[in-house]
Order: sequence, then C-alpha cells, then structure tokens
Amino acid sequence: MGLAPAITNIEELKGHPALQTLLSWHAPAVLGVKFDRDEMSITIDRAHIREACALLRDNPEFPFNYLSDVTCVDWYPNEPRFEVIYHLLSIPKKERVRLKVRLDGSSPVVESITSVWPGANYFEREVFDLFGIRFTGHPYLRRLLMPEDWEGYPLRKDYPVEGYR
Amino acid sequence: MSHLNPTPVLEPLQDRTMILNMGPQHPSTHGVLRVILEIDGENVVRIMPDIGFLHTGIEKTCEAKFYQQVVPLTDRIDYLCPMTNNLCYALAVEKLLGIEIPPKAQWLRVLMNELTRINSHLVWLGTHALDIGAMTVFLYCFREREDILRIFEMVSGQRMMTSYFRIGGIALEPPIGCFEKVRDFAGRFPSKVDEYENLLTGNPIWGMRTKGVAKISAEDALALGASGPTLRGSGVDFDLRRDMPYSGYENFKFQVPLGTEGDVFDRYMCRVRELRESIGIVRQALDGMPEGPIKADAPKVVLPDREKMKTEMEALIYHFKIITEGFTVPAGEVYQAVESPRGEMGYYVVSDGTAKPYRVHMRAACLANLQTIPTMCEGQLIADVVAAIGSIDIVLGEIDR
Repeated sequence: MGLAPAITNIEELKGHPALQTLLSWHAPAVLGVKFDRDEMSITIDRAHIREACALLRDNPEFPFNYLSDVTCVDWYPNEPRFEVIYHLLSIPKKERVRLKVRLDGSSPVVESITSVWPGANYFEREVFDLFGIRFTGHPYLRRLLMPEDWEGYPLRKDYPVEGYR
Repeated sequence: MSHLNPTPVLEPLQDRTMILNMGPQHPSTHGVLRVILEIDGENVVRIMPDIGFLHTGIEKTCEAKFYQQVVPLTDRIDYLCPMTNNLCYALAVEKLLGIEIPPKAQWLRVLMNELTRINSHLVWLGTHALDIGAMTVFLYCFREREDILRIFEMVSGQRMMTSYFRIGGIALEPPIGCFEKVRDFAGRFPSKVDEYENLLTGNPIWGMRTKGVAKISAEDALALGASGPTLRGSGVDFDLRRDMPYSGYENFKFQVPLGTEGDVFDRYMCRVRELRESIGIVRQALDGMPEGPIKADAPKVVLPDREKMKTEMEALIYHFKIITEGFTVPAGEVYQAVESPRGEMGYYVVSDGTAKPYRVHMRAACLANLQTIPTMCEGQLIADVVAAIGSIDIVLGEIDR
C-alpha cells in the first residue's frame, strides 16, 4: 500500500468541519493546512490559538470537546523553531484534528488554553519544562517533571545528550 | 472553569490548616507519587500532586534510536500494560510507513492486548483493595495474574517487558499449545471474577469506603482530559476500541460498561465489568483466529524469518541492513491513540525521513487522569484520597516517562 500524497490546498479541504468553522470565523488566522495519512493539521496564527480552541469546542454542530494532548516539536536550527501541537478530539462525532502554532526561537511565548480546557494544565507545564515554551495566562507555570532548579530544556534539539552539562 | 485549576499556593492561610506531605514513598501511591495536602483536621482543603520522580527521559532517548529499537522502550513506560504500548507505537509507525498488517497478526494483537488489559486490571484491583484495607483480594488477583504472565512468557519469552509486537507484525508465531492454555484460562476466569465480586461488590465496608467518595461530574472529567474508566465511570460513553477502532477491533462485539455517579464505586464497577468483556473478546479472538502470515510483506521494514536468512542471500542482506542502519520512514507525522487499561494512550511520532524518529511523544492517560484528583478530593477525608488515587489506576512510570 503506497502513501497518498499530502493535500495542502485550503480550497480542497474546505469541507473539513474544523477548518470550515475556523475559516468562517477569521480566515487570516489559518496559516496553513495539511491532510496527510488521514489526519488533518491546521496551522493557526499564534495570536488566535485560544480563541480557535474555544470556537472549536463550542461549535454546536461539530464540537471538538476533548483535548487529547498538547506537545511540541523543536525544528532547530530552522526558524520558526518550535511547533506547539494540540490534538483535539470530538467525542460525539469521533473525529480528530491537530492544531499547530509556530513560534520563533527568540520568543517562544503562546497564550495558554487552560481557560478553555483546564486539562491543558499539566500538558502545558510539561512543554514548558522540557522545551521552555512559556504559556501566558497559565495558572501555575512551574517545572513538572524535571527538578525545580534544573537548567536548560532537555527535549530541545540543541540540548547536549552526552558529557557534562 | 477556574475552579478546576485552583491556585496551588501551599502556605496555610489560616492557623487551623496544616500542610501534610504524602509520599513519594507512601505505599498507596503506586510508584513514587508525592501528594501535598492542606488539611483541616481530617478534611482535605487543598491537594496538589507532585510528580517527576520517575522521569527517565524516554522521549529524548527515542530520538537517538532506530525505529525498531524504540519498541522495548515503550514497554517500560507503562510497565503494567506493555503490549498496549507496543501496539500503539507499532500502529503509529505502520501508519507513517503506510504498510498493511495481515489479519492473523491483527487478531493476535487484539488477543494479547485484552490479556494485557486483564493483567493490568488485576493489579489495579488487588492494589486498590489493598489500599482500602482488603488484603485477601490482592492474593486472589495475583494468582490469576500469574497465569497471564505465564502465557506472556510462552509467546514472547518475557513475563513483563514483552516487546512482542514489532513494526509490521509480531515477533514470533505463538508456540504449540499456547491457544489451548489461553482457552483454558478464558474458561476459568469468569468464575474468578465472581470470586472477587463476592469479596467486594456486596461488601458493606467496601461500599462505605467507595460509594459517594471522590465524585467527579462528566463535564469536569471531560474538561480535565480524563479518559478510560475514569471518564466512563462518570457516564461518558466513549471507548476508542468501539468508537475509533484500530487493529481490527471493529470485528469484535463487546459492551462498554458505564457508571452514573462518577464515584470510586462506579469506576470500580466499570473496570470489573471490563474484565468480563475482555475475556469475551479473548474468546472471540480465539474462535475466529484467521490463518496466514504474522508479518507484513515489507522486506525493507520487517526482519526476515530466521530460516530464510540462513538460506537466501536477499533475506540476509535485508536483515543486515535493517539491523545496522534501520529503515527509513517517509517524512510526516502521525497521532495514534489506543484504549489502554487506563484510558487514551496516544503516540505522536514525527519523522523527518531518516531511520530515527525525529520526535516521539507519548500521551499518557494517567497524566491527564491525575489532574482530576484535586477536583475529586477537595472537602473529603484523607483516607478517601487513598481511595481516589487507587480508583484512577495510576502508573507513575507512564506519568513521568
């Protein structure tokens, strides 16, 4: 079985409920889309991520009412360096969507979505702990897994993997 | 929803409350969980779990390994359900590669996965009852668990860290006599569940310790990202096996047990009924086991059979190449979720087109479930915190990774 090529054209994917909701709300907030291996990824402008999440959660026809996961990928040395990734799930419609926010290495700051899903609390703390992304508006942004006095962010690609720190 | 994310200031505001530190070496914390409690007499005012004591950096380690070398690491995340983790990772990489798995391998995966679920639930039931003070159940549960571990040893050579599922199929054909052993176990097991239920379900002490304790509403559980029996105990009807089937689960018939109150007792009932459903799936898998290969037809990804490797040059070359330089995976990203005994276990794998994963992230069901503890326990007694922690069935290895 070969892999179908990824679709990145917004026009072709307009039928997807999450994308439809976001486009009818504020089209410039959608920076890019990708449909690959049966999974939908939508890149959102970083200023709008909290509103986009709230909008998708509250859409009465197609609610993405469950936050599965928040994580991050470091594309060092490329810029924008960080991709914060949100996996949303619609429990009534049994559908997933992935939201992405791209962040520069110089100012990895994004608005917290804990006011939309309180469950984002630990996930965002983990991303802060291991990648050093700061989430504004987070109620308690402290290290979660590493010791409080740890220096550096271990999951960044420029973090040394061997030798003395 | 601010009440779900309380400010965890831990200095006592008034003289009448005190801070109590529970763990990290408390026997009821199932690993090394530290819980900081602010208490007023016996009542919990505020509670904050503190985690990270078992952090081993598995996600970072994965980035330095070949795709097939990550499989043994996945066992060690959630050591009570190794096969579920193997399955989730294997499915994610197979989706990235776009390879099809033969039906026999899928059915074997389902069979082993459900045995793993029973295994994990038995450990949960035993330790949860032990926490609340019922010693006997623990001994009964571990008796049956031993049988399952023997089956695991039979198929994979290991009791706990099985690494039985591989990318593109499973490692070995089950040995002769294995299915008979599983069938024998499946025949015996329902009467054993009756035994556990006789000890607990109608027991008035068990009822007093669990009914109405550590309640959580469906809305709160959803908002906090709870999944699995923790979510279903509150009455949310969602099971990934049934609703978003993977690995051939659409061929199996089973019920999804639900609770109504969202208390410790409902979560207990959900899991106990899941034990019965799982054994039903095991029977269906045995009865309908298809014939055929157990590995996908993808010579660049799947190791060749030992016999072929010794007789065919091509197989030997593939074997050498896979072992020494791994196999490349087309660039892309995949999020694969499976229903682990604890909830939604998800693997997010990013490939940059090389033989090593660019990023592997594990969505730990327990990490999200643990966030429900403050909502469940505030205003309750200290002894109920122990019941609440037991009822969400946490495994700290999975939380800390």
